[in-house]
Amino acid sequence: MTYDIAIDGNHHRLELNRVESRWSCRLDGREVEVDAVLARPDVLSLRIGNQVYEVKCERVAGSLYLWVGSARFAVEVRDPRSLRRRVPGVDDHGPKKLTAPMPGKIVRLLVGQGDEVAAGSGVLVVEAMKMQNEIKSPKKGTIRKILVSEGAAVNAGDVLAIVE
Amino acid sequence: MFGKMFNKILIANRGEIAVRVLRACHEMGIAAVAVYSDVDRASLHVRKADEAYPIGAAAAAESYLNIEKILDVAARSGADAVHPGYGFLSENAKFAQACADAGVKFIGPSAAAIDAMGSKTRARQAMERAGVPFVPGTSRGLESFEQAEQVAARIGYPVMLKAAAGGGGKGMRLVHAPGALQSALEGARSEAERSFGDGEVYLEKAMVNPRHIEMQVLADEHGNIVYLGERECSLQRRHQKVVEESPSPMVDAEMRRRMGEVAVRVARAAGYTNAGTVEFLVDQQKNFYFLEMNTRLQVEHPVTELVTGLDLVQLQIRIAAGERLAFTQDEVQIRGHAIECRIYAEDPDNDYFPSPGKITLLLEPSGPGVRRDSGMYEGWTVPMDYDPLLAKLIGYGADRNQAMGRLMRALNEYFVGGIKTNISLFLRILSDPDFRAARLDTGFLDRLLEKKRAEPPTDSKATEVAAIAAGFFAALGAPAAAAGERSPDSGVSQPGAASNWKIAAHKEAMR
Repeated sequence: MTYDIAIDGNHHRLELNRVESRWSCRLDGREVEVDAVLARPDVLSLRIGNQVYEVKCERVAGSLYLWVGSARFAVEVRDPRSLRRRVPGVDDHGPKKLTAPMPGKIVRLLVGQGDEVAAGSGVLVVEAMKMQNEIKSPKKGTIRKILVSEGAAVNAGDVLAIVE
Repeated sequence: MFGKMFNKILIANRGEIAVRVLRACHEMGIAAVAVYSDVDRASLHVRKADEAYPIGAAAAAESYLNIEKILDVAARSGADAVHPGYGFLSENAKFAQACADAGVKFIGPSAAAIDAMGSKTRARQAMERAGVPFVPGTSRGLESFEQAEQVAARIGYPVMLKAAAGGGGKGMRLVHAPGALQSALEGARSEAERSFGDGEVYLEKAMVNPRHIEMQVLADEHGNIVYLGERECSLQRRHQKVVEESPSPMVDAEMRRRMGEVAVRVARAAGYTNAGTVEFLVDQQKNFYFLEMNTRLQVEHPVTELVTGLDLVQLQIRIAAGERLAFTQDEVQIRGHAIECRIYAEDPDNDYFPSPGKITLLLEPSGPGVRRDSGMYEGWTVPMDYDPLLAKLIGYGADRNQAMGRLMRALNEYFVGGIKTNISLFLRILSDPDFRAARLDTGFLDRLLEKKRAEPPTDSKATEVAAIAAGFFAALGAPAAAAGERSPDSGVSQPGAASNWKIAAHKEAMR
């Protein structure tokens, strides 16, 4: 199996094949001696040579992160079977969704539909655990749509507004 | 023996402290009654309780702060005592009185003692009569600029001007030299007038980056009072304690005795019973000054429990049941060293903003010298409505070095996935040379956080490990490509075949 793996946005090609009771592994064309045990869901014990790593997998609001020690990496994996899956765009063009980083309550809308916003300017305020957090526009553009109203409860990952 | 032990205790709290109290109840063969708000049905304290009663909406005023509803549950459940934990109603004299009126024992001091300590000015007057040291200054408002000049000259600069009715930093001025006193006094007065409608301003010696050290006391209802050693609580962020330890590295046996005796005097002057804490500000010359008394169990009580070998919650219950303290001051021994980290659901990369949400993966530390008081579990959704304290992790060792080593090791074992926590902050603190050398004061954490964290160079080995692991997660486990869309029966090649058997059997049955 060949995977296209993006680690913090940098792409790697990983070939992973089961050969009898062992794994054959090539990372970016280089042979690596590995074996792995899934100790429990989301926890992988990995041996590279004789070095042991415990890698934890964290899934938050549709994104995947891997922890190696105290380093956290944003990861995207594509395998040939899932190539039809749409790859999330990384460019700055087109509409951008503003999502809730945490569950909370919308306490204030700072702009209205159709308003011009600068990159990094506040769009709305979410309150959680008695603290208020300003959700900022990821880009310069126009607020095309606001999908929540003041007082609404939201979950992590909910789309709050779209800026174009 | 000395009193009748309770049969059933209502715990008027939630989170890790409710679990802590509930455990003490069970250890003593006492039934534990939980109360919970609408968002807490799945909380750990409800799961572990013997009985649980819903008390209303998430907003604390509707539930955990609602005296009427809690006393109604006490009556319905037949609880003979109430433990308030910390926060919520724990320092509410009205609640203590309402419990007494309802014939339910409040596990804590009397309403009168809570009241005496609740008012700063009354507490100060009572404590001055008892000969308790205060930060030098005027205890009443300044009458004139000349008086201010004289007092400041007598106690020495820098001095702090404070509004008598103050709070929140309003009406406060730090004055470094005589030349700046007049304009500062005028400024403080007019600000106090505007903010509180009261221009009364007093003056005291400014404490620059003092230490915050507190003394645990325990008083039974027969006049016996002991102190159980101090806790160093200088590591604070926005006046919130973050790391606490016992003993304090700066306190020796002689200073402990002097502070302890003052704390006992404070408790006696207030007619105090049960567990309480006397807080002091301490300067670099080891002078200590009374700050306030907390009339409840503290969040950081476990460090005292570890170094004294005493169970403070069990002792609270015994005292409330009328028992006498079973030991004297001379029998209290401080042994070893304990350090506590408060694990919060907050994001270190986003100015420590609260981070509620679902805990998708939880790996918890254990082993020698590790104590974990936790209110969370894997699969639980941390509600957004309350204080973000998830758990306390305490390292214990024969000395401070061993305690730090164990705590650091345990922090590295701790993994909370799905939400952000401040665990990385503790790893930073524990590796800091000033912390390791015990050079602590209340400005420590702000200075540490101001230091730019040296952005760790991208570790190419760790990146390689992550890339390979990503492939294995995709090949062995959940379809990593479909992040976050894991189906419940996707744990294909994990050990623990029982679930696979079940899945297989289920599939068979569906055929």
